[in-house]
Amino acid sequence: MSGGARMNLLWLQSGGCGGCTMSLLCADTPDLLTRLDTSGIDLLWHPSLSEAGMDEALRLLEDIRSGRQRLDALCVEGSLLRGPHGTGRFHMLAGTGRPMIEWVRELAAVARYCVAVGSCAAFGGVTAGGSNPTDACGLQYDGRYPGGLLGKDYRSSAGLPAINVAGCPTHPDWVLDTLHLLARGELGADDLDDLARPRMYTDLLAHHGCPRNEFYEYKASAIEPSDLGCLMEHLGCMGTQAQADCNVRTWNGEGSCTRGGYACINCTAPEFEEPGHAFLRTPTVAGIPLGLPTDMPKAWFIALSSLAKAATPQRIKENARADHVVARPGRKPDRK
Amino acid sequence: MARQIVGPFNRVEGDLEVQLDVGDGQVDAAWVNSPLYRGFEQILLGKIPGDALVYAPRVCGICSVSQSVAAAFALGDAYRAETPPNGILALDLIHAAENLIDHLTHFYLFFMPDFARPEYAAQPWHADIHARFRAVEGSAAPEFLQARTAFMHLMGLLAGKWPHSLAIQPGGCTRAVSARERLHLGNVVGAFRRFLEQRVFAAPLDEIVALDSRDALQHWQAAQAGQPGDLARFLALGEALGLHTLGRAADRFMSFGAYREADGAPLFARGVWRDGSLHSLDVDGIAEDVSHSWMAGDTAPPRTARTLPDPGREGAYTWCKAPRLHGKAVEVGALARQLVDGHPLICDLVAATGGNVLTRVVARLLESARILLAMQRWTDALVPGEPFHNPAAPLADAEGIGLTEAARGSLGHWLRIEGGRIRNYQIVSPTTWNFSPRDAAGQPGALEQALTGTPVDSPRHPRKIAVQHVVRSFDPCMVCTAH
Ligand code: SF4
Ligand code: SF4
Repeated sequence: MSGGARMNLLWLQSGGCGGCTMSLLCADTPDLLTRLDTSGIDLLWHPSLSEAGMDEALRLLEDIRSGRQRLDALCVEGSLLRGPHGTGRFHMLAGTGRPMIEWVRELAAVARYCVAVGSCAAFGGVTAGGSNPTDACGLQYDGRYPGGLLGKDYRSSAGLPAINVAGCPTHPDWVLDTLHLLARGELGADDLDDLARPRMYTDLLAHHGCPRNEFYEYKASAIEPSDLGCLMEHLGCMGTQAQADCNVRTWNGEGSCTRGGYACINCTAPEFEEPGHAFLRTPTVAGIPLGLPTDMPKAWFIALSSLAKAATPQRIKENARADHVVARPGRKPDRK
Repeated sequence: MARQIVGPFNRVEGDLEVQLDVGDGQVDAAWVNSPLYRGFEQILLGKIPGDALVYAPRVCGICSVSQSVAAAFALGDAYRAETPPNGILALDLIHAAENLIDHLTHFYLFFMPDFARPEYAAQPWHADIHARFRAVEGSAAPEFLQARTAFMHLMGLLAGKWPHSLAIQPGGCTRAVSARERLHLGNVVGAFRRFLEQRVFAAPLDEIVALDSRDALQHWQAAQAGQPGDLARFLALGEALGLHTLGRAADRFMSFGAYREADGAPLFARGVWRDGSLHSLDVDGIAEDVSHSWMAGDTAPPRTARTLPDPGREGAYTWCKAPRLHGKAVEVGALARQLVDGHPLICDLVAATGGNVLTRVVARLLESARILLAMQRWTDALVPGEPFHNPAAPLADAEGIGLTEAARGSLGHWLRIEGGRIRNYQIVSPTTWNFSPRDAAGQPGALEQALTGTPVDSPRHPRKIAVQHVVRSFDPCMVCTAH
């Protein structure tokens, strides 16, 4: 599928919140419907958008399953619910008397591409949190472990694993750019990272482009929510580990988690829903935050931090603990 | 009489199945099934209380902020948090933006496309409605989506992102607004007001909120002929199809009240409307019945109720529990809110024809106008430089209740903390009320009542199209329902 060819798309929702579709509706300039069209994507059926009522939708699913209708891209949003006791009864597809996991298995088997939209469909996500009461998993991952509903050896008919457009919710551009690349035949195995996420958005960290970077440099830290300082030392920010371009490709105009005043909770990663500590508090050992940047030796980090803290300009110190700029740039540093 | 299974319903949030007994051209009885269960109340057990702010919004991607607000209120109630005035305004703005955009998303993307369907091809109004509202291809959808996206920049600025923000905290908002940003917010809200005034109403908002009776609405609509806005288009086809005769439930309505104004009173009042008049709400009268749900246990108030799936429960047909107020099924939503708040247009419409497909949609659009006007007021009231957040000190043992209104109606979170951990967490969502199953007394939920008597295969409403209107008139959110 390349050049002028168009790609059709079927979207199913299971054990999630529908938030990835809601996020998708926020696609910015052009709007979602225009963008699908200019990207060469035709909707076969989407539960929130399509006119086709229930009879038509069920007929479509049957036609795809039996091969009468070609399916290019199967998008699944929400976790796959295997419980109770492997029956899949926690989500029966309405009107069919069959569990959704059976439908997904059969449709994935005939789809040219299979796309997990959001961290639930990719890894299990929040629905798999706590005691995981519904035995939720992702399409091809169960948390961080390959497997999931389709098994680690699954390949769609184009030879790719389920593509994990992880995020909670996922960014409209991550989804639309992935689909656009697929429609153009320009997304191959090398374009996926080691968790089958498109590298087009996971080659950057949420930390890149964060407006708090200057505070980070000096470890000038926010203590309370709404402080302007870096959120890493005390308030749980995982932006230096989270693989996603959130602060470069912003959300809803100028937004991002850290711009909104709260920590990055690494929502594109498997098992982000169970960090093992309070989300908005940084766990520390002997005053040193756990979970430092992944590619920096700890000793260096500590040495640099104490140096940076000692060298912190007064302006940055003051602003870090305020919710608006109280010390303006250009002022002479106060000397003791 | 054959029982028919209807589903999946598209253009509702989440998955829904309805079983109908169809007699002589109409629905004799209905059973509503929420076929998806995820177990949020189980997932939350044992968690650090503040982490509820991560999990709760993910109950629902379409009323994510409402879930956050309810969780933040429950935590704030437990910790006795104080929110500074800016924080209250910021949370109101974020919450109002979601509720407003949900109303219009429902109107443009979920509800109106049904009237563009081929079932109505012979109707004189069909060509116009088809051109404007056809799913995906009509002129309204991309126009609305553009306005929607621009408006949701408010979320980027105030909440970081939407859905699933952590900006909403017991002590206020994590995002302080600068003087420049306050102006920007004003522009974003003002631009959306234009969309409402040019497309939705083709009239000034002040004119809409001043409509005070059924007659006034009819006069207003008549004056719109020639260049109708989308509300007037809907009213015209609503009249032609008799939408005011479809989907009446028990006319018992509840609202928890919403948006905290500076003087402490809510913008929309709290209360119950039944037997034709307004009453105060006794929150302790709420209990959830599980006699027809795949849930273990007995009827219990949310403070002490548990959620434990029992897929084998005899007589059960849904994952949804059946919340009742003093044993009665109630209807919640924009109609209930505006009625309880005493808006004269809605009071008059309900006095004339009760709660039905038409009044539910009119209430939603009227409320949209009221919300936008309030948002402009709140934006102006923000004081850059003053605090947006007060820290709240967690308590190891506490209880809290968070009550608010999502777009679809009353939402409550009941929280108990013991030893610094969540000991119990119960969520009662709007569609849990509206789409609840029968209770032990055999009393059906609001949609089940509303579907009874709905015409099937009638000349005016071919096939099951009227069933679809009734279902969608509630703007159901199925992921919230069973959570
Ligand atoms: S707040 Fe997080 S993303 Fe921003 S600079 Fe600090 S560590 Fe990086
Ligand atoms: S900043 Fe972090 S938590 Fe927020 S959306 Fe990006 S990856 Fe997810």
